[in-house]
Amino acid sequence: MAGNAPEIWVFGDYRNYFQNRVTLQLLSRATDLAGRLGAVVCAAVFGHQTDEWVGEYIAHGARKVYLVENEALRDYSTDLYVAIMERLARQYRPEIILVGATSFGREFAPRVAKRLGTGLTADCVGLDISEEGLLVQTAPAFGGNLLTRIVTPEKRPQMATVRPGVFQEIPHNYQATGEIVRVPMPADLPGDRIRLVSSEHRPPTSQKLGDAAVVVCGGRGMGGKGKFRNLYELARLLGGEVGATRPVVYAGWADEDALVGQADKHIRPKVLLSFGISGAIQHTAGIIDAGFIIAVNKNPNAAMMKMADVAVVADANQVCLALIKELRKRLRG
Amino acid sequence: MVKMIVCIKQVPMATELPWDAHTGTLRRDLAEGMMNPACKHALEAALTMRHLHGGHVTAVTMGPPMAEEVLREAIAMGADRCLMLSDPALAGADTTVTSFALARAIEIFCPDFDLILTGCHTTDSETAQVGPQLAEELNIPGIAYVDEMEVRDRSIRVRRFSDNFLETLETDLPCLLTVNTLHHSPRYVPLSGLQDAFGEVNLLTVKASDLGIDPESVGIKGSPTKILNVFAPRAEKENIVLKGAPKKIVEEIFERFDTKISGIIKKDIKREGQG
Ligand SMILES: Cc1cc2nc3c(=O)[nH]c(=O)nc-3n(C[C@H](O)[C@H](O)[C@H](O)COP(=O)(O)OP(=O)(O)OC[C@H]3O[C@@H](n4cnc5c(N)ncnc54)[C@H](O)[C@@H]3O)c2cc1C
Ligand SMILES: Nc1ncnc2c1ncn2[C@@H]1O[C@H](COP(=O)(O)O)[C@@H](O)[C@H]1O
Repeated sequence: MAGNAPEIWVFGDYRNYFQNRVTLQLLSRATDLAGRLGAVVCAAVFGHQTDEWVGEYIAHGARKVYLVENEALRDYSTDLYVAIMERLARQYRPEIILVGATSFGREFAPRVAKRLGTGLTADCVGLDISEEGLLVQTAPAFGGNLLTRIVTPEKRPQMATVRPGVFQEIPHNYQATGEIVRVPMPADLPGDRIRLVSSEHRPPTSQKLGDAAVVVCGGRGMGGKGKFRNLYELARLLGGEVGATRPVVYAGWADEDALVGQADKHIRPKVLLSFGISGAIQHTAGIIDAGFIIAVNKNPNAAMMKMADVAVVADANQVCLALIKELRKRLRG
Repeated sequence: MVKMIVCIKQVPMATELPWDAHTGTLRRDLAEGMMNPACKHALEAALTMRHLHGGHVTAVTMGPPMAEEVLREAIAMGADRCLMLSDPALAGADTTVTSFALARAIEIFCPDFDLILTGCHTTDSETAQVGPQLAEELNIPGIAYVDEMEVRDRSIRVRRFSDNFLETLETDLPCLLTVNTLHHSPRYVPLSGLQDAFGEVNLLTVKASDLGIDPESVGIKGSPTKILNVFAPRAEKENIVLKGAPKKIVEEIFERFDTKISGIIKKDIKREGQG
């Protein structure tokens, strides 16, 4: 039964552990929230031979791990994982459940919320605690120009999904200790209605853009496909990569690979040059880890300009061309 | 023979809508509606399935009266019949309420189905919650982000790419799949077909009361989440603003930040460093 201290649970999404840090990022954020609520940070881990992940989660901030270990849980299963999470949540009554918005998490969380009859806010870019002790879930609204703060006042648990890269993980501390609550596999669990015929691991596609130290990003303000090409020359001179906003990708000025934004397209360049981009939250969610930002926009009030270190009020293409010219001069010899 | 339902949503044509800085709202008046792209792929998958195995396709939508357009477009693409759920009481429904209402409509007006297809997500919200939650409501197996599907007797085999795993999964009918936009490219609908679809077609319109839904349970009161406020994001940086001729600006950037940029790109771009 529920102990005295309220609990914040983070779903332990350990598949692709080394690429997918979202569970660690959520544990880090949960630790901050727990401080304000006087709550305990817990990880919920379902699977088979999960010791390694349990250890990692404790090292990254979990003070308690609810662990359901069973051979039948070797492969991720929406049916079984949803049923187990429902039971655990009914038994231990966490205040909050946070789930990483991986493909699995996006299928898992809505079903858990539905079974528990509670709300779920997708793709939060901020999580805080209100004065009344409610989880304040900040999510993009109205196409991304605005943010909305959402609470779940009555239903419990309060549930949110968060895309990878929104929060920063805390460095591991292998001295940290945590309680492991081993929960036996519920005997009356309904069977899995879905049969896994085969599963093949495909390593993630190129991380070039994600790892680049310099990124040149272009938006609709570049004005056309031909002008957009100039960004590639600029990126080449700077030894960087080219990123793009969604409308640009939809218009075919840039490949889908170049998309930067909330949909797992996070970049963390040391220098980001942004051309003709308004700065909608779905885009800027992908660049929160950028270092030095130079933004070019005709409109000094664009959100992108406000978050830049250097905001250049001018025509994007002209500045791009001037940069190319100046760089060529300086790099000669 | 496969009896199918495809859930379709109307979304604004331009997902990148201008925002009215004064009122802080989206200029929805500038938006024309269209069928959400992923829903179109789901419909195409259903039509292909009908071609292979026989059966019929029912398109279902919940939305304002204007959303009837996407059902007519579905008819033009080849859907056999349509079900429209429209009620002011359902306006502003979140995903919990949407999936609840869709489930009740399906139970009452087309309970005898083998397969429900939804889009994997919509371009206006991208929550991707309605499909999985609808499967929960109807208590049927559900698989999200499906690329390919193949029916064999009373079961269906699907392929999907999920978190770097290429998976083949199998389940029994009836079930629900959410369809990705990678495959099942929607067929082209000639204008004449579209015009015909605006004539007499098999379209049933229902209200919340036809579903025995208590308006209280689906309105603001019914939603577990509450909006506190809406605001414009702000960022804090030193924010040096440069204006003027591009050439001058670029020179100034290099003057002030050449050391920083040189260090990062590991190329010397300082004036003195030339030659
Ligand atoms: C569910 C959802 C998910 C989304 N996901 C993403 C995502 O992952 N990534 C993403 O990028 N977007 C995403 N979007 C779209 C996002 O909301 C914005 O619409 C998009 O980022 C805007 O792109 P933009 O800045 O290129 O275009 P706009 O918003 O049209 O901005 C163009 C900018 O260029 C400036 N400009 C115009 N002409 C010039 C000129 N000559 N010189 C200089 N500046 C000029 C304008 O002042 C303006 O600020 C998503 C939207 C939704 C609804
Ligand atoms: N109002 C609606 N009416 C019919 N289907 C819907 C509606 N909203 C969502 N859907 C279905 O659910 C899918 C995912 O939507 P979403 O959860 O909003 O991203 C869509 O592609 C549709 O198939």
